[in-house]
Amino acid sequence: MYSKKVMDYFMNPRNMGEIEDASGVGTVGNAKCGDIMRIYLKVNDKGIIEDVKFKTFGCGAAIATSSMATELVIGKTVEEALTITNKKVAEALDGLPANKVHCSLLAEEAINAALWDYAEKNNIKIEGLKKPKEDIHEEYLEVEE
Amino acid sequence: MKEKIVYFDNAATTKMHDSVIEEMIDIYKNEYGNPSSVYDFGNRVKSIIENSRISIANNLGVEPKEIYFTSGATEADNWAVLGTARKFKNKGKHIITSTIEHHAVLHSAEQLEKEGFEVTYVPVRADGILNFEEFKKAVRDDTILISIMAVNNEIGTIQPIREIVEYVKGKGILVHTDAVQLIGKDHVDIKELGVDMLSLSGHKIHGPKGVGALYIRKGVQLENLIFGGGQEKKKRPGTENVAGIVGLAKALEITLDNLDEKEKRILEIREYIIDNILEKIPYVRLNGCRQNRIPGNVNFSFSFIEGESMLLALDMYGICASSGSACTSGSLDPSHVLLGIGLPHEIAHGSLRISISEYSTMEEADYLLEKLPNIIEKLREMSPLYEDFLNNKGVN
Repeated sequence: MYSKKVMDYFMNPRNMGEIEDASGVGTVGNAKCGDIMRIYLKVNDKGIIEDVKFKTFGCGAAIATSSMATELVIGKTVEEALTITNKKVAEALDGLPANKVHCSLLAEEAINAALWDYAEKNNIKIEGLKKPKEDIHEEYLEVEE
Repeated sequence: MKEKIVYFDNAATTKMHDSVIEEMIDIYKNEYGNPSSVYDFGNRVKSIIENSRISIANNLGVEPKEIYFTSGATEADNWAVLGTARKFKNKGKHIITSTIEHHAVLHSAEQLEKEGFEVTYVPVRADGILNFEEFKKAVRDDTILISIMAVNNEIGTIQPIREIVEYVKGKGILVHTDAVQLIGKDHVDIKELGVDMLSLSGHKIHGPKGVGALYIRKGVQLENLIFGGGQEKKKRPGTENVAGIVGLAKALEITLDNLDEKEKRILEIREYIIDNILEKIPYVRLNGCRQNRIPGNVNFSFSFIEGESMLLALDMYGICASSGSACTSGSLDPSHVLLGIGLPHEIAHGSLRISISEYSTMEEADYLLEKLPNIIEKLREMSPLYEDFLNNKGVN
């Protein structure tokens, strides 16, 4: 069902944990639908994302995509991080089963939500950053049905 | 090296008994004639089928002519529900079932709603047993059919079928039960149980997949679901799955042999697993009544984590189990059974079903219990829900 890479990132998740003095924290998803992702970002003075950690309640794909998303974001500028789409996360994992694509959407949204939190806290405007949606599952359902 | 498999998903399907396979191979190799043919090579296969029918009927306390072979329990359930409702639609258009039925019954009931029938889905209590007061309230003058499962497939709870039959006696209402999870787990005398129709499956009792049967009490009329030749007294056409039928009969015979002792052992394993999980893992909940359930079923919810991730982690150790989480159901909602017993969504997502068979061993239970606590702990460490829970508790 899953690629070897998904299983590897699920069994040995990179960057799992919390950042105590995080510059931004974003939590998306909801427990009702069975997945919640939380991303912690540490951004330095130069606007580079130095450290990223995640915590995820969800299936194997949700855990693997969160972990992969953290790897893709580390070392990037805030603007570069915004260009990381769910498609890129899924590709980096050698693909996801069709019914698991919404998990990668969640990863993209979690990064976005953490960046939003960072921007709010520091009162800065990041080009292209959108306010996180309240519940991305609603959108997902509309797409699917 | 052969990969280690510890199979704890016997409610999904079971390992076939070796002698069942042997008998089936013999049929495939040597008895490939069509039972409907005139010549002896075909015709003698008819006796093979009839002997299987007799064996099954004897084991279930009914007459051979009351057993109809189907492609499995899904077809048997579909046939019982749709066939009788359509037959008696002029008598009444009300059907009663429960909220925790298998989809083979639930989706048939939904189909009947589209056809203009009214269906009452009787709720279950928090312990997973039918709410009998609600059931009694649901019975009406225009009720024509009641379909309630004998044992729930997810949480193993035993439903009060005898009481249902007793309650509606003389009211002219047909009673069907999906007994897939009961047959082979207990000695069942269908006449004593008193139902009008009963579905059973081959592959849940160490027999082959793709074969099942519907018991139809003598005199009960129902419309056909399948149209074709004259097989099964014209009620269920299609060239018979001869090897499957032979396998089903043999599987039932072997499974029932020495059943009490087997079930006692299975119960010991179940209680050992339940006791150990309760002792070793915090924030868990046993789903379904502990006493009034079949010996082979364990169903736990582990707070703060999701079921599919548990299954994947167990799979890395070769342990096969199942879950009622949304990710395993193919929708965004967790199992209707777990929601039916009143679990909140997030607790239902974290469910794990371990189902035990006569091939399960205490060593396998130990292996599971050795791996499971670490898996749960690791997944909880990853969970933002657990983090929030600990923070709210003032830990950390």
